[in-house]
Amino acid sequence: MEIRLTVNGSEVVRDVESQELLLDLLRDGLGLTGAKRSCDVQVCGTCTVLVGGKPVSSCCFLAADADGQEVVTIEGLAEQPVFERLEDAFTRHAALQCGFCTPGLLLTVDALLESGELTDEEEIKRSLNGNLCRCTGYRGIVEAVADLAGVE
Amino acid sequence: VTTLETGTRSQIGRSHPRLDAGEKLRGQAQFAGDLLVPRMLHGRVLRSPTPHARIVSVDTSVAEAIPEVVCILTGRDLADIDPYFGHAIKDRPIVAIDKVRFHGEPVAAVAAETQAAAAAAVDAISVEYEDLPVVATVADALAVDAPLVNDGPIRPGLFHGLGELPEREGNVCYRYRIDRGEIEAVFARADIVVEGEYTFPSVYQYAMETHTVVAQVEGDEITVWASCQHPFLVRAELADLFCVPVANIRIVVHYLGGGFGSKSYTKMEPLAVALARKAGRPVRIQNRVAESMVTTRRHNMRCRMRTAANAEGRLLARDVECWFDTGAYADNGPRVTATAGDAAPGPYRWTAYRVDAACVYTNTAPAGSYRAFGATHLQWIGESQVDEVARRAGIDRLEIRRLNLCTPGEEVRSGGKPLDADLIGDVEKVAAAVGWEEPKRPRVGRGVSVGLLAAGAHPVSSAVCRLEADGRVVVLVGTTEMGQGPRTAFAQIAAEEIGVEPDRVTVRGADTRFTPYDRSTGASRSTTLAGLAVQRAAADIRAQLDRVAEASGIDPAEHVALMRRHFGFAGGELIGRGEVAPVGTGSYAEGPVFWEVCVGAAEVEVDPDTGFIRVLRTATAADVGKAINPQLVERQDEGATMQGIGNAILEEMVYEDGLLLNDTLLDYRIPSFEDLPDSMTCVVVENGDGPGPYGAKGCGEGALAAVPAAIVNALADAGVPMSELPLTPERVWRRIQQLKEEGTWET
Repeated sequence: MEIRLTVNGSEVVRDVESQELLLDLLRDGLGLTGAKRSCDVQVCGTCTVLVGGKPVSSCCFLAADADGQEVVTIEGLAEQPVFERLEDAFTRHAALQCGFCTPGLLLTVDALLESGELTDEEEIKRSLNGNLCRCTGYRGIVEAVADLAGVE
Repeated sequence: VTTLETGTRSQIGRSHPRLDAGEKLRGQAQFAGDLLVPRMLHGRVLRSPTPHARIVSVDTSVAEAIPEVVCILTGRDLADIDPYFGHAIKDRPIVAIDKVRFHGEPVAAVAAETQAAAAAAVDAISVEYEDLPVVATVADALAVDAPLVNDGPIRPGLFHGLGELPEREGNVCYRYRIDRGEIEAVFARADIVVEGEYTFPSVYQYAMETHTVVAQVEGDEITVWASCQHPFLVRAELADLFCVPVANIRIVVHYLGGGFGSKSYTKMEPLAVALARKAGRPVRIQNRVAESMVTTRRHNMRCRMRTAANAEGRLLARDVECWFDTGAYADNGPRVTATAGDAAPGPYRWTAYRVDAACVYTNTAPAGSYRAFGATHLQWIGESQVDEVARRAGIDRLEIRRLNLCTPGEEVRSGGKPLDADLIGDVEKVAAAVGWEEPKRPRVGRGVSVGLLAAGAHPVSSAVCRLEADGRVVVLVGTTEMGQGPRTAFAQIAAEEIGVEPDRVTVRGADTRFTPYDRSTGASRSTTLAGLAVQRAAADIRAQLDRVAEASGIDPAEHVALMRRHFGFAGGELIGRGEVAPVGTGSYAEGPVFWEVCVGAAEVEVDPDTGFIRVLRTATAADVGKAINPQLVERQDEGATMQGIGNAILEEMVYEDGLLLNDTLLDYRIPSFEDLPDSMTCVVVENGDGPGPYGAKGCGEGALAAVPAAIVNALADAGVPMSELPLTPERVWRRIQQLKEEGTWET
């Protein structure tokens, strides 16, 4: 089937299989490899991208369901003005190690900052629970996000 | 150790921002699965549905007829080579030959133009199995007349380092024994004897990037882009398997999405190469999580331990027997067993101790390295017995450690390196960080733990520094970056020696064709050993610059002008060379390179109605000699702490009759944001007592051994002594009910 969507601001028209996953379309079809594959069951969050401004696990999201939607991947977010703040906070707090979960995490954080939900540290932890990180132990990430959200 | 008279050390001990942060944050860092090699095919693996069976027949005809399927590899395709590998023991076939020995073992592999065709072909392969009796557990393996998981002679691998290998003894893969002093006599006259039986679960390392390999075979040239920690050791094993010179094999490692030991030594690379060889085109194999779980895992273990002391709490003797389940193939089981054996007594002044550690084959997934192996298995057991001795002797749990811990310079292991750390100082620091002396609420407990981990592996590393005509520096070093940050540390070291800013130093990934030899990236060795090689290579450049400066009268800090004078134009480059080789033989017996400190403290709260425990505070000592980059040191310890919480409380691969029951992250839970303790402290200890650059020594593993032990001790302090991990709510609740029945539960 043919789908039309916007990916990082550019219009994309593609013929996709009905069962094709958004993650495969992005990685194999469009060469946007910033979204990573890991758990395949919507637990780890490393494949997170924004669809219509909301974070989704692209490993469990049909490409067909992105028809008519606006999709933003890390490659797109990195071009937006807001990215500079994210980059600065994550770098200063050393809130990354191997970097495999980092793109998905940043997209989640970006959406949460946009929504204004991050009012305290408990809320930050609860809201980020859908993004796993095996390297950092989370401490640095919570510090970076608290800094971005203006949480003491 | 090279020390230049460069005045103040402006780059060392500075938390320079990670040099790879921008690339990683922007999603530009390339992992093996992100690479596109021209004409690359998709590989998929057919895996055994059963733990132990004879392969009666494999019919690939239907699968081969599927459009876009290029070829299918089975054991029959490996008749021209000796298809068994294993750095310790050569027992693992590239793909199953005649038999499958664990649930998930590769039976065939497909190369196809598309993922979909590869998946369809895997489903279309028909295999007839004849079930064999399953050796599901260590007890099964050791039973009289147990079926043999592996038979035939034990063949040593290229890097076994195990001395003379004995004859095969049933299902025992490797045995490590220590016997010092008159143990039975000491136990006979002891006032206090603590003893117990303990179990440690099978654990999945879960590097978020699963094992991924792209392989290309062109004539007798083999190129592999892989998620491997030790490219030089993989290179050697591939050369051995495929009968080509080492120089014909090129292993490229850009970035790893975590490793933690799961990508140490050779894993999926031989299968990818064999498939690419048959296909005549490059092939990518990318494991799914369920596949990586059975590619390697942490050993489950049973242990029996007893500790003897006198009435004043003076520790006298320890007796340890432990059996590690190494699964169907040895992987790193022998080294895990030996390291566990060394960790088992704990760093105390014993009159006598005896260790009998063995790993045995079973029909489960092969078990190998995972961060702080051996020490994580044993420290919680030994330290819980030290706490129990303290209780019975009526002395404080810090006091018993002050009384008995080894001090710097004392023997840790006969013939090995003496203690090179201040353990008493370390444990006092972490205890203070969790409020050791503060009053506690009911059901809150605190614990500390102390241990050592033999670190550094074989001490061979080399590095090359190139100073370019524009004054920029390139460091070539074979260390792999899997999150721990060696590129930033190396840039700081090179910058310090040459006298430039770290952001003018480029450190890229490992490529065995261009980066000089580094034995491995693991065992907390990189800053200490590869860092020393980088320091020497950079000092070599500095010496060359100084010679030109002296001859020319140009300011020694004017690198570009010096280079121009030396080469006579705006080109050329200075090349510095750094090497680390062992003093003595570098053998395990003479080692380790350094003793990695495993010291931690925890405060936990238990809910007696649910058995749920919450970790409130943790503290670990990063006893690193000298922190090249303190922030990265702290972050390493925090990551290890969180994995320690996972190992202690959450994680267990559940096997039933050789079948893995929880092979997804839905039912294998690792720590998430909400498991973060309220307070997590890393105390960086810098006593300058390491063998690395500026007195540095490695870190990043010790906390994983220390934290589960501290949690177990804290839970016992809260009234619930446990002898089985993980500390799931059910297990803790049942223990509380048992204590109530025994009348020992304090309400």
